[in-house]
Amino acid sequence: MAMTGVLRPGHAVVRVLDLDESVDFYTNVMGLKETGRDKAGRVYFKCNDERDHNSFVIRKADKSGIDCFAFKVLNKATLATLEGQLKEHGAATERIPAGEMLETGDRVRFRVPTGHAIELYAEKTDVGNGLGYVNPEAMLENTRGINPVRMDHALIYGGDIDGTRKLFEEALGFSLVERVKMEDGKTDLATWLTCSHKAHDLAMVRHQEDGKLHHVSFMLDTWEQVLRAADILSIHRVSIDIGPTRHGITRGTTVYFFDPSGNRLETFCGGYQWYPDMQPTTWTWDEVGAGIFYHDRKLNERFLSVVT
Amino acid sequence: MATMHTITIQDDGSEYRCAETRSLLEGMEALGREGIPVGCRNGGCGVCKVEIRSGSYARRVMSREHVTEEDEVAGRVLACRVKPTSDIRLRVIGKMKASVCHTVETTGAPASPQST
Repeated sequence: MAMTGVLRPGHAVVRVLDLDESVDFYTNVMGLKETGRDKAGRVYFKCNDERDHNSFVIRKADKSGIDCFAFKVLNKATLATLEGQLKEHGAATERIPAGEMLETGDRVRFRVPTGHAIELYAEKTDVGNGLGYVNPEAMLENTRGINPVRMDHALIYGGDIDGTRKLFEEALGFSLVERVKMEDGKTDLATWLTCSHKAHDLAMVRHQEDGKLHHVSFMLDTWEQVLRAADILSIHRVSIDIGPTRHGITRGTTVYFFDPSGNRLETFCGGYQWYPDMQPTTWTWDEVGAGIFYHDRKLNERFLSVVT
Repeated sequence: MATMHTITIQDDGSEYRCAETRSLLEGMEALGREGIPVGCRNGGCGVCKVEIRSGSYARRVMSREHVTEEDEVAGRVLACRVKPTSDIRLRVIGKMKASVCHTVETTGAPASPQST
């Protein structure tokens, strides 16, 4: 299928309270590979099968939460086109020059109606996945921790999720894949959007505070690896939120947990493939519990309301 | 075995024993007890905020979004970041934030995105 425009989530920049503790967690428990540190103190990581230099970046701060979530676009011409479309849509954009983040080209930064900083970029150095591009082996041996395939998506919390959805749909070509309706049957409580063939690249939930992070999610290849991830979390006494279980929404299998600064993370597997000719799936208010956790079939207050 | 201390939740008068090696929240959860709301357990979300009324403790870094320097001096801290070094009496001040779901569920009011 044609993949143009916005390709995929590219990097998340997350704030942590204790840098050393967090580097240890992301390296040895999550099993991400550290790829660099910059003068601003940011530490860069990539996942096992990612080829670009970084996909997850942490920064020491006095508050937990997310600084920005970024998407990679096809090329520099696409970046300029999308920048124009964002301006036409009424978004204030800012260009951050190449090199401000390690091995990363020009970034177009803008703020969405839910208060989050979102970035687009076209270039990031290909450092490879370690297998090479000619006659590669099938896997890397001797990996550490959970070792996810890739950083996959994020769920953000904020007030005007209608405005944020419209911006992603109208200016950036995202599609609505699933939605949960509130009791009135009209207002969206939550929406799942994709820029690709995935069941979600970005999701959002209506919330009283803007700019909040619910979770950043990392993909695993099998359901068994989700169980293995939970085992590794327990070995390391990591704070587990819920799971392993399955979502009704997207049908993904999942375990949720918190990083050492309380930022929620997910490792998941599955979900279906999306094509742009498909109609969105709707979950009604009375079945939202099963939409979120398919086996429990009831609302979970901590999962819904704890954010950073 | 680690030294144990008695933690009293003044709101309901309940008590539990917590090891010096565990946070107040971890100690409560390990016994299957309730009383202090449980969130991220790592100092980020703020829902387990308590006021220490008496007793001594060791603390770790907490998100400034939920615990100001003033709070910290006054003993208003996150139960997940505090380990007891003596018996402790505390009052619960944190709570689960009302999610949109919860607000609508309890009031039965029509969805009102701006007022939830």
